Amino acid sequence: MGRIQLKDVTKSFGEAQVIPPLNLTIEDGEFTVFVGPSGCGKSTLLRLIAGLEDITSGVIEINGEDATDVVPARRGLAMVFQSYALYPHMSVRKNIAFPLRMAKMSPDEIDRRVKSAADVLNLTDYLERRPGQLSGGQRQRVAIGRAIVREPAAFLFDEPLSNLDAALRVGMRMEISELHKKLDTTMVYVTHDQVEAMTMADKIVVLQAGYIEQVGSPLELYQRPKNTFVAGFIGSPKMNLVTGAEAARHDATTIGIRPEHIDISDSEGAWKGIVGVSEHLGSDTFFHIHSDISDEPLTVRASGELLLDYGATVFLTPRAEYLHRFDARGLRIE
Amino acid sequence: MATKASRSAARLMMAPAVILLMGWMLVPLTMTVWFSFRKYLPLRGGDLGPAGFDNYVRFVTSSSFWPAVWTTLIIVGGVLLITVVLGILLALLLDQPMWGQGVVRILVIAPFFVMPTVSALVWKNMFMDPTNGLFAHLWRLFGAEPVAWLSEASMGSIVMIVSWQWLPFATLILLTAIQSLDSEQLEAAEMDGAGPLQRFGHIILPHLGRAITIVILIQTIFLLSIFAEIFVTTGGAFGTRTLTYLIFQRVLESQNVGLGSAGGVYAIILANIVAIFLMRIVGKNLDA
Amino acid sequence: MARAVSTQRKTLTTALAWAIGLVIFFPILWTVLTSFKTEAQAIANPPIFLNFDWTLENYAIVQERSNYMRFLWNSVILAGGSTLLGIIIAVPAAWSMAFVPSKRTKDILLWMLSTKMLPAVGVLYPIYLLFIKMGLLDSRAGMVIVLMLINLPIIVWMLYTYFREIPGEILEAARMDGATLKEELIYILTPMAIPGIASTVLLNFILAWNEAFWTLNLTAVDAAPLTAFIASYSSPEGLFFAKLSAASTMAIAPILILGWFSQKQLVRGLTFGAVK
Repeated sequence: MGRIQLKDVTKSFGEAQVIPPLNLTIEDGEFTVFVGPSGCGKSTLLRLIAGLEDITSGVIEINGEDATDVVPARRGLAMVFQSYALYPHMSVRKNIAFPLRMAKMSPDEIDRRVKSAADVLNLTDYLERRPGQLSGGQRQRVAIGRAIVREPAAFLFDEPLSNLDAALRVGMRMEISELHKKLDTTMVYVTHDQVEAMTMADKIVVLQAGYIEQVGSPLELYQRPKNTFVAGFIGSPKMNLVTGAEAARHDATTIGIRPEHIDISDSEGAWKGIVGVSEHLGSDTFFHIHSDISDEPLTVRASGELLLDYGATVFLTPRAEYLHRFDARGLRIE
Repeated sequence: MATKASRSAARLMMAPAVILLMGWMLVPLTMTVWFSFRKYLPLRGGDLGPAGFDNYVRFVTSSSFWPAVWTTLIIVGGVLLITVVLGILLALLLDQPMWGQGVVRILVIAPFFVMPTVSALVWKNMFMDPTNGLFAHLWRLFGAEPVAWLSEASMGSIVMIVSWQWLPFATLILLTAIQSLDSEQLEAAEMDGAGPLQRFGHIILPHLGRAITIVILIQTIFLLSIFAEIFVTTGGAFGTRTLTYLIFQRVLESQNVGLGSAGGVYAIILANIVAIFLMRIVGKNLDA
Repeated sequence: MARAVSTQRKTLTTALAWAIGLVIFFPILWTVLTSFKTEAQAIANPPIFLNFDWTLENYAIVQERSNYMRFLWNSVILAGGSTLLGIIIAVPAAWSMAFVPSKRTKDILLWMLSTKMLPAVGVLYPIYLLFIKMGLLDSRAGMVIVLMLINLPIIVWMLYTYFREIPGEILEAARMDGATLKEELIYILTPMAIPGIASTVLLNFILAWNEAFWTLNLTAVDAAPLTAFIASYSSPEGLFFAKLSAASTMAIAPILILGWFSQKQLVRGLTFGAVK
C-alpha cells in the first residue's frame, strides 16, 4: 500500500515561498514523475514527502494517515539519491543491510533479504566490495537495493540517473521500469529530463516555480498540453511555438506545432522558408528552417533519407489536426 | 536541508562551544577595558580609583611606546618580507620534479614544529653565542671578530630566528597553492608563447595572490604576539621590546595593571584591524 | 600530462633542493648531534660533526637534575587533555554548522575565528587574576581549560571543513533508512569523519604542545610543561650546550614525529580551510 496525498501543502524558505499551496494525489502502485526545469521545486516537493524538510503548512497523508509530523525514518518510504548516498565505509552487503539493521531485524532475516535483493539486481558477486570499487551503474543498483530490502510503501527517486553516462542511463531506465512492474509499488521519481518522464511514467506532474502546470499520462501531456509551458517542455525536439500574425490567423495568441507534424516540400506549402542547420540522426533528420512567420527557426522532423542543402528554399505545411492553439494567458484553446 | 527537529538539536549541540568562547572572550575583555580606566597597582594598594583616559595617554606618551611600535613593525615586516619571498622561491623549487621530494619537504617543514622556547634557546646559545656559538667559530675561521649577535645586531637576529620558524608555514601553504594550479593553464600559456618568467608573472603569481594574502594576514596575527622568542633571548633588552612585550612588562613585571590594560586595548584594536581583512577572505571562501 | 624532464635538470633541482633543505634543517640536526657529545666536544673549535664519542650522559643528567619526566608528563596532559576536551565540545558544534546551517552559521564561525585573533597579552592580567581567584594558577586543570579555549576555534573550523566534505545526502539516506540522530552520528558520521578527526587531533596536539605564552605566564612548578622547562635553561645552564641540546631534543622529538604525519592537515588547519 502506498497512497500519498498532499493537501494544501506549502513550503517557504524564510521569505521566499518555493511551493505555493499544492494539492496532489499519488495512487497506490503508480509510477509518478515530477518533471520541470531546475529550480522548479520538484526536488523540494520530493523531500517534503520524504520528511527531510518540514512543510510550512498543509497536510501530507500516507495511506490515509497524517504523516505531516512523522520523522523520515517512520514514514515507511525509501529514497534513492542523486549521488546514490552510499555509505563509503561499508561494504555493499552492509549498505544494503543498513536499513534492516536499523529496524532491528534478525540477522537471518537480514541475510535472506540482502541475498534476494542482490539476486534481483545482479549484485551477488559484489557484496563484499566497497562502494568506491564499483562502477556508476553498480552503485546505482546498490542504492536501489538498499531501498527495496525494506519493502517500503513507496520509493522516492531524486534524479537517480543524472550521474550516469547516456548509454547506461537508457539501460537503468529500463531496469527501474522493470522493477516497478515486478514490485508493483508506488514510485515517485524526480527528473529534469522529459525523455525519462515520458518513457517511465504512469503519471507525469509538470512543475514550474512550485506550481503544478499539468498532471496527466505521458500521452495526454504530449497530445493535449494545457498551456504553452507544458507544450514547450514535453516532447523532443521542442514544439515550435509561433506568435504574431500567423497565430492570429488561427484565432490564437500562440500556436504550436510539433516538428513531427510539419510536412516539408520543395514546391508548395503554407509557409515558405530557408533551410538552416540540419541534424542527421540517421533514422530522422531535424531541419532548422528560417521562415517569415517567426523569428525563431522552425524545427521540422523528416525522414533520414531526405537531403536538403543549406540555404535551399522549402515549403512547410502544418497538419491541421495537430495544431495547438493558446490564448493570451498561454492556456490551451479547445 | 533541515527540519525543525534537527534545527533545535543543532542549536543545542552548538551551545557549549559558543557559550565557552563567549565567556572566554567577553569576561577578560570587559575586565581589561575596566582596568584600563582605573589606577590599578596590585602591589601598591590595588584599585586606587578611576583614572579616566590617563592610562591611555600615559601609555602612548611614555618614552618606550614609539620604540616598541617600531620594533614591532620591523619584526613583523622583516619576517613577512623574508618568509613570503623565500617561501615563494622555495615553493617553486619544491614543485619541480626531483628525487626524494618527500624527504626535502620534511626537512623544510621541520622548524615549524620546534617549540618557540627551544628554537630561541638553540639559536641564542649554540649559534649566536659570541664565544662558543657556531657563528663565532665560523667568523674566527675567516679571521673576523665574532659578533655578539643578540646585543649588537639584536633586531636582525630576532628577525632571523622568527623567520626560520615561519618560513616552513609560508612555504607549505604556497606550495599547496601552486600544486592546485591547473597545469593546463600553464600549457595554454606556453602555447600562447609565454616564457618561464612571463608564465610566473602572469599565471603563477596571480594564482598565488590569495594564498600570499592569507600567509601575510595569518602570520601578522601570530607575529604581532610573539613572546617566547624575546622572553628567552633578550628579555626585551637591546631595543627588542615589542608592543606585546612592553604590555607584558607593564602588567606582570611592574604590576601597573591599569597602564598595561590600556596597552592591551591598543593591541586588541591593532589585531582587529588585521583580523577584519583576514576574516573577509575566509568569509568569502565560506560561500564557495 | 606531465612532461618528461631531462635527467640533467632533475639532478640540478634535486641538488639545490637538498642543499636548501639541509641548511634549513641544520639547527635541528646540530642540536640532536650535540646532545650526544660531551660538554667539551660541544663547544670545540673547529666544531666536530660526527666523529665524537657518542654518549647518553647528557640525557641522564638532564633527567636527574630537572626531572624531565615530570615536565614531559605535564606537556602530555595539557596537550592531550585540552585536545580531547576540545574535540568533545567541537564535534557536535561542527556537525550542527556543517549539516544544519542557518543564516547565522557563517557569522558564528567568523566570530569564533575572531576570538582566536584576540592578542593574548591584551587579556593576560584578567586571566591571571581569575586564575588566582579560582585557585587555578599553576594547575593542570586550569591550563587544560585555557589551552582548550585558545584552540577551540581551530578545532571547530577544521572539523567543520572536514564535515562539509561529507555529502549531506548520505546523512539523509541514513535518516530515510530509519536511523535516529544518535545512530546517524555513531554509524555514519563518525566513521566517515575519522580521518578528519584524527588530523584535527594531531594538529591541535602540536599547537597545544608548543604553546608558549600562557604556559610561561600561568605555570610555575606543578603544571609547567616542556616549554617552561626549556625556558628555565635560558641562563646560565644554557651555556652547557650538550645538556641544553639533550633537553631540547627531548622536548621537540615527540612533536617532530607527529608533525611529519600532519603536514597536509597543517595547511588546512592553520588557514581555517581557506587553502586546501
